[in-house]
Amino acid sequence: MDFFSVLYYRFKKVWKAVRLYLVIAGPGLVVMIADNDAGGITTYAATGAKYGYHLIWFLLLLIPVAYYVQEMTVRLGAVTKRGHAEAIFESFGAFWGWFSLIDLMIVDWLTLVTEFVGMTAALGIFGVPAWLTVIIVVLLMSIIVLNGRYWTWEKIALGFCLLNLIYIPAAFMVNPSLSDIAGQGLIPNLPGGLTNELFFLLMANIGTTIAPWMLFFQQSSVVDKGLQEKDIKMGKLDTFIGSIITVSIAIFIVIVTGTLLHGTPIDDAATAAKLLMKTNHYVGAFMAIGLFDAGLLGAICISLASSWAFGEIFGWAHSLNTKVKEAPWFYISFFITLATAGVVPLIPGAPLVLITLFVQVIAVTLLPAALVFLILLLNDKKTMGEYANTRLQNIVSTLIVVSIIILSTLYGVSALFPNLFQ
Amino acid sequence: MRTINQFLNKIREINQRYSKPKVEMSRAVKISLAVLRVYLFLLVVLMVYKFITVMNVL
Repeated sequence: MDFFSVLYYRFKKVWKAVRLYLVIAGPGLVVMIADNDAGGITTYAATGAKYGYHLIWFLLLLIPVAYYVQEMTVRLGAVTKRGHAEAIFESFGAFWGWFSLIDLMIVDWLTLVTEFVGMTAALGIFGVPAWLTVIIVVLLMSIIVLNGRYWTWEKIALGFCLLNLIYIPAAFMVNPSLSDIAGQGLIPNLPGGLTNELFFLLMANIGTTIAPWMLFFQQSSVVDKGLQEKDIKMGKLDTFIGSIITVSIAIFIVIVTGTLLHGTPIDDAATAAKLLMKTNHYVGAFMAIGLFDAGLLGAICISLASSWAFGEIFGWAHSLNTKVKEAPWFYISFFITLATAGVVPLIPGAPLVLITLFVQVIAVTLLPAALVFLILLLNDKKTMGEYANTRLQNIVSTLIVVSIIILSTLYGVSALFPNLFQ
Repeated sequence: MRTINQFLNKIREINQRYSKPKVEMSRAVKISLAVLRVYLFLLVVLMVYKFITVMNVL
């Protein structure tokens, strides 16, 4: 074969792989980008405002952490064809099943409330009243879900994922110093030493990267999409690309607030957007649009994670490929979860701070259990066969899971008792 | 009333269906589940303690 024939053959091979990836891509990208939800944007904005570029290296460490945890759900879903809730019920019995399901319902609903808080605050910046935002979001999400096809839902969700990249032009617009980013951000350092405040922020960054709903969502999503064992390789690639994108977006947010708001204490991303508007109107607007999109993506995935889990256990039809008539309870539970959570931010004097605290604490009760079950399930050779964890995968995933459990527990306890670590 | 009964029957059916764990109860699995129970028990104790102290302040 001559040079051009070889080149053509290789190009065709790569193009075939790319096309296959584009067919399989979805669950990993959506879950990872939705991971940057309203709470996540606030955490990254606060990280940049407080410590500038100094913690970018720490965010980079979260790429393998997110990937190793989430890729296990791809294998589990593709091999067992069951969601995470059903897998827990079946493998560990009703006690652990109910514990996980009820805990998931509570933590998902509370997290949904925080997404609505973020979305109403974001559109509030543009003068949209909170009640109108809630109505728009509930209607929009119902239309997206009610189309009766997983494929269509996924492509619309990926469209919102694209909008999440809005932080990239925002970061370029603030003209950051590349040498400062490389010098301060890429060399591991703890600005001011390991203080209580820094420790809390590091734990918050981990907490936003790995959330319990992500495990349930991605596994159910893999099952609903119909991925098979042969698709695992591409599913893992999808998850890996997603983990790189999600951390990249986080870094761009840190660059934006680290450049313009360094040293300014901020409580939430909406406040950051307002402050940014004073310096650069477009960057502030981008921050607000990104916050709304992040809340919307988070809400789409979280409410679906709950409905899928309910459907799996109660035996209802629970696929986005079904019409409302065929799976009424699946769509009713989705709508009720969404609408009740949307109403909370509209209640005058609603305990939103308490709800945020509860999210952190209750997530700590669910996350370790879900992660431990994940590793145990991936070691069940009878079910997983050749896709069970290898020794190396067990060492890496156990190290990651133990670290996440310790840090998230400290995070939850410090949220309960703020003076404990001072 | 009928709906509640149907719901309770469904829960009984689920409990029946998943009454026996299917995963092989090796030593590692047993230890992991035991540690998880202790961990969750301690967390619940902490949360109850926090709740009581908050209620006392109020």
